[in-house]
Amino acid sequence: MALLEVDDLSVTFARRGQRTVHAVDGVSFSVDTGEVVGLVGESGCGKSVTSLAIMGLLPKQPGLRVGGKAVFDGNDLLQLDDRSRRDIRGRDVAMIFQDPLSSLNPVIPIGLQVTEVLARHRGMKGEAAAKEAADLLDRVGIPDPRRRLKEYPHQLSGGMRQRALIAMAVACQPRLLIADEPTTALDVTIQAQILELLKDLVRDSGTALVMITHDLGVVAGMCDTINVLYAGRVVETATRRPLFRQPRHPYTEGLLGSVPRLDAGRGERLNPIPGSVRDLLPWPDGCAFAPRCARRVDACVGEPPELVLTHDARSYRCVNPVPVPGLTPEADARATAPTTTEPGAVPAQAEPADPPAVPGSGPAPREEETP
Amino acid sequence: MFRFIVRRLLQLIPTLFGLSVLLFIWLRRLPGGPETAILGERGTPETRAAIRRNLGLDEPILVQYARFLRRMIRLDLGTSTGTKRAVTTEFVERFPGTVELTVMALILAVGIGIPLGYLAARRRGRFLDHASVGGSLVGICIPVFFLAYVLKAIFAENLGWFPSSGRQDPTIGATRVTNFFVLDGIMTREWDAAADALWHLVLPGVALASIPLAIIVRITRASVLEVLNEDFVRTAEAKGLTERTVRRRHVLRNAMLPVATSIGLQAGLLLSGAVLTETVFAFSGIGAFVAESISQRDYPVLMGFIMIIAVVYVLVNLLVDLSYSVIDPRVRVR
Repeated sequence: MALLEVDDLSVTFARRGQRTVHAVDGVSFSVDTGEVVGLVGESGCGKSVTSLAIMGLLPKQPGLRVGGKAVFDGNDLLQLDDRSRRDIRGRDVAMIFQDPLSSLNPVIPIGLQVTEVLARHRGMKGEAAAKEAADLLDRVGIPDPRRRLKEYPHQLSGGMRQRALIAMAVACQPRLLIADEPTTALDVTIQAQILELLKDLVRDSGTALVMITHDLGVVAGMCDTINVLYAGRVVETATRRPLFRQPRHPYTEGLLGSVPRLDAGRGERLNPIPGSVRDLLPWPDGCAFAPRCARRVDACVGEPPELVLTHDARSYRCVNPVPVPGLTPEADARATAPTTTEPGAVPAQAEPADPPAVPGSGPAPREEETP
Repeated sequence: MFRFIVRRLLQLIPTLFGLSVLLFIWLRRLPGGPETAILGERGTPETRAAIRRNLGLDEPILVQYARFLRRMIRLDLGTSTGTKRAVTTEFVERFPGTVELTVMALILAVGIGIPLGYLAARRRGRFLDHASVGGSLVGICIPVFFLAYVLKAIFAENLGWFPSSGRQDPTIGATRVTNFFVLDGIMTREWDAAADALWHLVLPGVALASIPLAIIVRITRASVLEVLNEDFVRTAEAKGLTERTVRRRHVLRNAMLPVATSIGLQAGLLLSGAVLTETVFAFSGIGAFVAESISQRDYPVLMGFIMIIAVVYVLVNLLVDLSYSVIDPRVRVR
């Protein structure tokens, strides 16, 4: 069973007299122990709201509704009471935020901001906590940690601040770390250092990491599995290599295509996705990406596209996916019965529900059942 | 830190000098004069001139000012034309009462205002929020003297829970040391005297606290609401800290800066503006005395009072600035 299983998560903001906003609309993904999972999408696609909803950190306000499930280690985080949630936060599930300066309390020293986690979850006090905090700062690559403990956030550089935030997040060796755009506010060289640090921490401690980003470079360098979000839904899920080699969803393809390349010829223009994320169709009326999609067909509008599972454990939500060379084109399939297609029933790509029976491997589990 | 304090105290000197020049000119430009206050409309020009000569008001204004400055350096504020006593003596007797009253009002305003403002922010849009915001509006609107009369009528005269006037029951026969009656009682271990003086402070303290309380509630509420939206509060929540730790360490401390500023301003206002409350409760502070001095054109008293208030304002603002540096390391003074 996965460490974190997010199932049909939805977050809506209702305001009197205004249209209800479906910030997250049926997002499902899972994270295994030690796995690095990316949530990718442009601004406003619901990445951050997803993570905040899982952590129970969405600002309480009238009209906010969170639905679905986020099962962490057998507990649905969304159903927990405030107290048990606080017990889990920081200890089992920790989070790193985007802007390190505003995410640190300006009026108390770094040391206290680290030791307060240790005191809360590990019962450490005084010198023991101070020593552990210094060790943590050292581990995240902050030089002269003893002195830094006494300093305030404004006395640290941007990279140092993000390192300090990471130290706070990993203080209790959480099993799951959620990093919400951890490098966006940093300059490029620092970004690389911070990503390297996160990679090392994940490798050394076996912590699972959910990496929320709009930066495909970050995803390419770190993530095992990638979920591409658009308008509050996961539109494509795949492991790293297949996703970058053969994106199936036109949105993913557009994202990859719009990354500037160093080896592009002079004068070659960028290929942006036309339109903006505001030009979206409400999901019930069809694919939200349809208004901007180059591969739009009639079937895109009317009903939301079903999730399609393919043979290599990928999935996408599209009735006219980018064809994969060498495989039978599905052009016919989508033209006939696209929206009713059941997972597993897609021609030429359908993966059998069971692995192919291998002669000789069958009896093995049965032996264990014999008394 | 020490240099900062010294520098700020040295700034007092030019401030007071400029203020005294302005006051000297303005006060003497007021129509009428002490001789009119003493003699009324009936005095002959001769008696008026005699009084003016007596008070030294017939000399050129520069000479008068030089004499005033010479006295000031010896901390001598001259003699009141109304009571014929040394102005410093009058102040030493009366100012402590007003200070006690101000401190009482501030303790009430801060002690109730900050928690109430915090709770209102946390329960935004619910009953307590609406009640405290509405209540604070009422608090600002009700004239202090009216509230003072109402409190006196209900709690002193009808219910008899609190004394209706004065600073202390004279039959206690308390020993005077500093003229701060509560402090005197504590210093001389006359606990009954201290308690009685404190008891006398409650009703005027409540009346005087109403406006600062309302202001502090509102400023605290607004400030807490702002801080609650800050990223670092979310970080603190993400760490799984208890609500109590988040509140004290992360929300309140950051929300206190604007509140500290307003407390400083309120302290100055209360010290100089407790006249009405003091009058209603026959509380022998500085307020009623100064009000009387204005109608008497009692130049030495007015000069002295305004100068002292200026000093108090500077000191209170210094305290506020120092408290900033305690609250926020980013404005730590050098």
